[in-house]
Amino acid sequence: MVARFGSVRPVHPPSVSSLGAPGGGVEAAEGAVVTARRLTKAFGDLVAVDHIDFDIVRGESFGFLGPNGAGKTSTMRMIACMSPRTSGTLTVLGRDPETDGPAIRARIGLVPQEDSLDLQLTVLDNLMIYGRYFDLPKKVIRERAERLLAFAELTERARDTVEPLSGGMKRRLTIARALVSEPDLLILDEPTTGLDPQARHLLWDRLYRLKLAGVTLVITTHYMDEAEQLCDRLVVMDKGRIAASGSPAALIERYSTREVLELRFVGHEPPGHDSLAGLGERIEVLPDRVLVYADDAERALGELEGRGIRPANWLVRRSSLEDVFLSLTGRTLVD
Amino acid sequence: METWGAQHAAGGRLPPSLRVLRYHLFSYLRTWRSSLTTSFLAPVLYLAAMGVGLGSLINHHVGTVDHVRYLSFVAPGLLAASAMQVAASDSMYPVMAAIKWIRTYYAMLATPLAVKDVVLGHFGWVTVRLVITSVAYLGIMAAFGTVHSALAPLALVAAILVGLSFAGVISAFAATQENDQGFATISRLGLIPLFLLSATFFPLRQLPGWLHPLAYATPLFHGVDLCRMLVLGQLDWVSAGWDLAYLVGLCALGLVLSRRLFTRRLVV
Repeated sequence: MVARFGSVRPVHPPSVSSLGAPGGGVEAAEGAVVTARRLTKAFGDLVAVDHIDFDIVRGESFGFLGPNGAGKTSTMRMIACMSPRTSGTLTVLGRDPETDGPAIRARIGLVPQEDSLDLQLTVLDNLMIYGRYFDLPKKVIRERAERLLAFAELTERARDTVEPLSGGMKRRLTIARALVSEPDLLILDEPTTGLDPQARHLLWDRLYRLKLAGVTLVITTHYMDEAEQLCDRLVVMDKGRIAASGSPAALIERYSTREVLELRFVGHEPPGHDSLAGLGERIEVLPDRVLVYADDAERALGELEGRGIRPANWLVRRSSLEDVFLSLTGRTLVD
Repeated sequence: METWGAQHAAGGRLPPSLRVLRYHLFSYLRTWRSSLTTSFLAPVLYLAAMGVGLGSLINHHVGTVDHVRYLSFVAPGLLAASAMQVAASDSMYPVMAAIKWIRTYYAMLATPLAVKDVVLGHFGWVTVRLVITSVAYLGIMAAFGTVHSALAPLALVAAILVGLSFAGVISAFAATQENDQGFATISRLGLIPLFLLSATFFPLRQLPGWLHPLAYATPLFHGVDLCRMLVLGQLDWVSAGWDLAYLVGLCALGLVLSRRLFTRRLVV
């Protein structure tokens, strides 16, 4: 038994089997930075995280992909030693968060979902304050701040107060702040939610550089493009469980086809399953569009025209993690 | 759950709770000008208006109050009451801001700092604020000629205890709140009546007898009583002992409550 799968849909044995320890034991995988076995978080009757298993290996970029309420943030907060687990085992950087929280947090950088910057203080002061929580000497923080602000493209704003900065700048400052202690593990909870496309791309570029520099990244997101861009491996979470796991490419290969034909029908009812049958391996009829999963979407389109069905518009695209999620749960990631 | 003394595991040498205190000092040094009025102007205004203005009227008609002129009578009461005000206001909006608005506590808790450090650091910071305002108050009282005893510096300790006993229970309360509406209620139904009725402005015997037990039950009364005895040099050891025990007990209760309710709020 490798990764724990939810009961969402029967799945084939995973081909990417690097998750989890052999035989379902509790021993950590070699080089694991984070190891979770049957990790559970309940708030009263609500089970936010339901017996999940995963291993995060040093130097990799690991993602938790899922819709809002899937249990990503709860998992993140447990890894960050900010929230006690309800049951199961969890090891972070070789220690147990329950007993060694402060020591583990000394080696973790956290970028929380909601900014917690001191808005009245300057950009530089924010780094200074945060570094001082770790009791780093001022001189060390100043040296690191110079590099980190250049990295975050905030050098010009170093002496400005934080309040008027844009959302993207605040996020980059939060990331710079999380790096001031030179952590072994950087945790980012929905790093680009609420940012405009330009700000997101800049942020992705910075995170990609961190990844190249060998920083272990843990990222939660409900954006499939973010997960595809940044994650070496990821787990797809749904309703507190892990629905699937593997590299983005492997997940797409396993749960989707190479290409997708998206059809929109404006003004009249979309054709039913019957008239579309056989066009691809699988058909999904969504409220606003129809997805035809086929390895050759152009050919499916040709056949569609041959059947005399004319969509208002169509799009041929590569399969994405969104399709994986849809295939696993029958729902879209962001509704 | 972490224990109260595991600094060694947290990296760095300075105990984590002192790092929280250092944050408050840092942030205060960036914004200290705004608090100047509460520290220095308020005592001058109160002593001038209540003591000199009202006092000259009372001296003219009644003579002395408890064997001293009215200004000397009212000044130690104001010292205790101002400690209450400072500690209470530092334990309401700033605590709510650190939980909900600026989320400073969450930033701290993502680092080696733990809830106990956040709580102790808050208490430490309130203590610093109390030292600054109380020393200023006592200095201004001396300038007004209202200090009559060599024991007066001990009134600083009493004033700090008054402040901390309010800081504890009020910050514990603040940690349970979703918005700041409760703070207005605390001020209106708690702090202002206490300010007016805790023998701050007149001796307790002026109140109807049925109100006396109520006054005895409130913390400010004991703080005023202790400060007044120390500043005027009219020490009654038994009642001073009771006052001290009451205030220390309430401080301890506030500390325990704060830790419990901060944990319940911040660590879920």
